[in-house]
Amino acid sequence: MVDATFLALSVLTIGSAIAALELRSLIYGSIALMGTLGGIAGFFLLLDSPFIAIFQIAVYVGSIAVLILFTVMLVKRELIFKKIEDRRRKFAGIGLMLILMVGLGSIIIDSGLRTIQTDEPPVDFRDIGKDFVTYYWPALVLMALILAGAVTGALVLARREDVADEQRTN
Amino acid sequence: MSNELIDFVIVSIALLGIGIYGLSVKRNAIRMLFAIEIIINAANLNLVAFARYIPNSGGQTLALFSIAIAAAEVAVGLSLIIVAYRMYQNIDIADFRSLKG
Repeated sequence: MVDATFLALSVLTIGSAIAALELRSLIYGSIALMGTLGGIAGFFLLLDSPFIAIFQIAVYVGSIAVLILFTVMLVKRELIFKKIEDRRRKFAGIGLMLILMVGLGSIIIDSGLRTIQTDEPPVDFRDIGKDFVTYYWPALVLMALILAGAVTGALVLARREDVADEQRTN
Repeated sequence: MSNELIDFVIVSIALLGIGIYGLSVKRNAIRMLFAIEIIINAANLNLVAFARYIPNSGGQTLALFSIAIAAAEVAVGLSLIIVAYRMYQNIDIADFRSLKG
């Protein structure tokens, strides 16, 4: 059986995920997205992995959500409060969501996952640190290079001054 | 631990469904990025939930890598949205028909 913390966290996470997509204002939407990401961090705490929970808060709630907020502020005021969606596709989308949830959910509930139990002690976060610098060090270096490349590429893309001029001359 | 693996997997499926609904219905580029974020987080939740049931730390390490790569993806996606917004003065993806050079 689930406990009350789990129930509260799932209501927070799923509710703010729906709010992030459905609220009229993009600014409130991105604040609701912060709620979803924080709720996921809470789930990580429930799963005895505090290191990943802190990482999630630092990376997602701390940087990505703020980045999204700043991008939303760069957009025109009318666009922030305008709902842009395909009305014809709305019911099809809701149907797809329900089919997916019911289908995958019934498969998962009928599968053997229900009986899995564990008596393992939670993994110590020191082991994760040791893993990073011993066995996984090439992957760590590669990830650092990918991050540096992605951030540089994002800066170069966003700073292109010629794009707007080209469009105007066309 | 009173919560079982299947509870976390069901929450993750619900988040995946919401994300796919957002991707298929919304035409706002930033909202579609929200939906992608929700799907990535559902995947990460699944990864960490299953990692709790194995005795070593490999699963959690993989989840950390996944979070970092997702951060890079969001940075690039947001800068692409900014460039497209500058070109078309709109964030409706139906207007982004001609993205050639």
